[in-house]
Amino acid sequence: MQTYTLSVNGQSKEVTVDPSTPLLWVLREELKMTGTKYGCGISACGACTVHLAGIATRSCVVPISLVGDRPIVTIEGIGQDRVGRVVQDAWISDDVVQCGYCQSGQIMAAVALLKSIPEPSDANIEASMGGNLCRCGTYVRIRKAIMTASQKLA
Amino acid sequence: MSAASVISEGSGLTRRSFLRVSATAAGGLIVSLYLDPPLFAQPKSPAKVYPPDAFVHIKPDGAIVIQVNRLEFGQGVQTALPMVLADEMDADWSRVVAELAPAADVYKDPVFGIQMVGGSGSIAHSFQQYRELGAKARAMLVAAAAQKWQVRPEQCRTEASVVHGPNGQSASYASLAEAAARIPVPENVPLKNPSDFRLIGKDVRRLDSRPKCNGSLKFGLDLDLPGMKVALVTHPPVFGGSPKTLDDKQARSMPGVVDIFQIPTFRKGTAVAVVADKFWTAKQARDRLQIDWDFTGLDKPDTSQLSQDYKKLAATPGNVAVARGDLKALDANSASDRILAEFEFPFLAHTPMEPLNTTVRFDGDRAEVWAPSQFQTVDQMAIAEVLGLTPDRVTFHTAMAGGGFGRRAVPDSHVQREAAAIARHLKGTPVKLVWTREDDVQGGYYRPMYVHRVEIAVGSDGLPSAWRHVIVGQSIVAGTPFAAMLIKNGVDETVVEGISDTHYQIANFHVSAHQPTVNVPVLWWRSVGNTHTAFVMETLIDELATRAKSDPIAYRRKLLNPEAKNLIAALDLMDEKSAAWRKTLPPGHAVGVACHESFGTSVACAVDVSIENQRPKVHRVTVAVDCGRAVNPLTVESQFQAGMSFGLSQIVPRGAITIKNGYVEQNNFDGYTPPYIADAPLAVDVHIVPSDAAPSGCGEPPVPVISPAVANALSRLTGKRYKSLPLTAL
Repeated sequence: MQTYTLSVNGQSKEVTVDPSTPLLWVLREELKMTGTKYGCGISACGACTVHLAGIATRSCVVPISLVGDRPIVTIEGIGQDRVGRVVQDAWISDDVVQCGYCQSGQIMAAVALLKSIPEPSDANIEASMGGNLCRCGTYVRIRKAIMTASQKLA
Repeated sequence: MSAASVISEGSGLTRRSFLRVSATAAGGLIVSLYLDPPLFAQPKSPAKVYPPDAFVHIKPDGAIVIQVNRLEFGQGVQTALPMVLADEMDADWSRVVAELAPAADVYKDPVFGIQMVGGSGSIAHSFQQYRELGAKARAMLVAAAAQKWQVRPEQCRTEASVVHGPNGQSASYASLAEAAARIPVPENVPLKNPSDFRLIGKDVRRLDSRPKCNGSLKFGLDLDLPGMKVALVTHPPVFGGSPKTLDDKQARSMPGVVDIFQIPTFRKGTAVAVVADKFWTAKQARDRLQIDWDFTGLDKPDTSQLSQDYKKLAATPGNVAVARGDLKALDANSASDRILAEFEFPFLAHTPMEPLNTTVRFDGDRAEVWAPSQFQTVDQMAIAEVLGLTPDRVTFHTAMAGGGFGRRAVPDSHVQREAAAIARHLKGTPVKLVWTREDDVQGGYYRPMYVHRVEIAVGSDGLPSAWRHVIVGQSIVAGTPFAAMLIKNGVDETVVEGISDTHYQIANFHVSAHQPTVNVPVLWWRSVGNTHTAFVMETLIDELATRAKSDPIAYRRKLLNPEAKNLIAALDLMDEKSAAWRKTLPPGHAVGVACHESFGTSVACAVDVSIENQRPKVHRVTVAVDCGRAVNPLTVESQFQAGMSFGLSQIVPRGAITIKNGYVEQNNFDGYTPPYIADAPLAVDVHIVPSDAAPSGCGEPPVPVISPAVANALSRLTGKRYKSLPLTAL
């Protein structure tokens, strides 16, 4: 067991866990922040996507020992960010979600995309969102909401 | 607290219905309507348990809480059924709160008699029920206002949770709730004229979007209770196996491990449960178990062997589902006028995004359960059985589910039985059982593998004159309580549906099925038999149309029974809405079409496909649907847009579960891979046939049409016919 000080959504949090524990499980079970989802545990579905120092990252495969002092932003905190808020609102106005389980990860990936490419093409969307599975298949509306958010941010 | 109970004849319902009304201590009005459940026998005693807030609860602050008698797992029922009730009630939609109802008799499906989501029946079976509930609640509120104002109820009108009187009086529903609860329950109330609907038929956004977009919504897996432990289970790698030896020393020595013990699992096997304080601890401990398995006496299935066996079986007729006319034409036909086609479909896993889970706390004489379940009362009974309780001692909360697609509607409740067995071992401790993605992909309960063999005689008019169809694959319902209802003449309807009831007019038509027993647990997978039967029928019809040098839409119209008005309407609307783009396709693109009716909903689609990187790229889908009255057209659109992607799970290259010598060869999304965004259509435009017929479901009907439509487009591009899924090579 080891103690780590993390920066999560701008707040400092201390946790004592096994160093191999993935960031995902630290968020969900130690910090009780369950908005970040477990879907596969092997970075194949993107449901666990968070921002680590601004980069969309699969938290299920990042051991807590490797996080260091990089700031973590999760779905619970992304609404504090202008782009994050606009993306969440676009998701709601375009009625994107179905079961909703993957959407935390989809939104985190979309925010990262729009921060680096404010006016993404279909190919940009497929590249950035390409590893986020939605089993319901809401992809058509995900594309639409990304374009809605892009226009709002312009 | 006052309560009144009456028995009434449901105006639009065929079985006895009961209405019960009571005021709550807090002054709200509660209305519940339930129906005598027909399917599973009910114990004569103890008395039925009534939850405190049965269907609608008007809170003193004006909030209107509506209980949804279904699991919400993406299909939108948590918005649609409250719309129906609120519309008839004239409730203020902005104050409506939807809750997922716990397991209870009152919430059983009025047709199926168990509390469930399945067969795309939520709206089809509860539309009338929720309309009547809303209308009765409204009538009681109006009666209370009329009494108060000394006017006749007919002089009052309602809007947005307010009753207005003839002389300018007005009173909020909240202020009338307590008096309304003392009004005798009306037996029959008039329902609205559809032209007066304020919500039904309008695009209404989902009620659950915001909490699903900010991480605050709690799914079953997100549950956290004081003192809760997490259980993972190692299942036998061959279905039905048991540990010969178990070495858990290393695992037990890990800090945080609570206990390790054996539990019964599906197929009379034995599994090993690891309980720990946290998921990660349980996972690490489980990885350290050393188990030598015993598979004595077990059949070790092998999909390549099954494929050969099934093809052999398909050469002979099976149990007869349909025998119409004769097959003389087929036997007399010259080789050039016949088609012989053999199709093969793999096992498919459902892989809902939220892994399977159930939390149980067993206190000796009671239990409390939290489960994302499509089968609440079935799972409740199973848990009660494992714990030696009567079902009324098991409080069963319906947790929001991250998808399901049939995987949470399991007749043997195997996940809940495991969770109960673990909780029984750890009395007093709430335990959350989690199936990892590996457990899910390898754990069986797949859409069965199927082989079809079809012989068609083609008449001089280019239409099929005789058709012999043999289907081979496991029965989904054999050995379950559904068998009595769904197996007829030895044929499981879920195996032949979509072929046996086709709307194509084929005078000489013979359909039969072999249903071998195989040691792989199987289950319904969104759209059930139609997953494979629509593919076979729609690609063969396309092949016939091509052979007849006929337009595929015109050919279908010619062959469809004129009585199949809804399917023809869908086909016509698709034809109209896609006509412009079908005429102006870029080079390298082709059109594919398909149409199919399932679960009472008729669907036709046209797709624009090209080949990129050796894979089909779906640029556009135009889909037309006749689902009767569309309760929430926005949800219908959403289900059809996303359902197209779900349907493409069947053709993506890693869309198959294969089994070798008893072992499942895939174990996560790297080996069994549903469509990602790049595999999905770029655009889907959905068109609804205007209708005021009773609504039918939209959960499953999107799925069957897309794969055959894409395969038909690919055939135009490559000249090949596709008869084996998934499409590993074009």
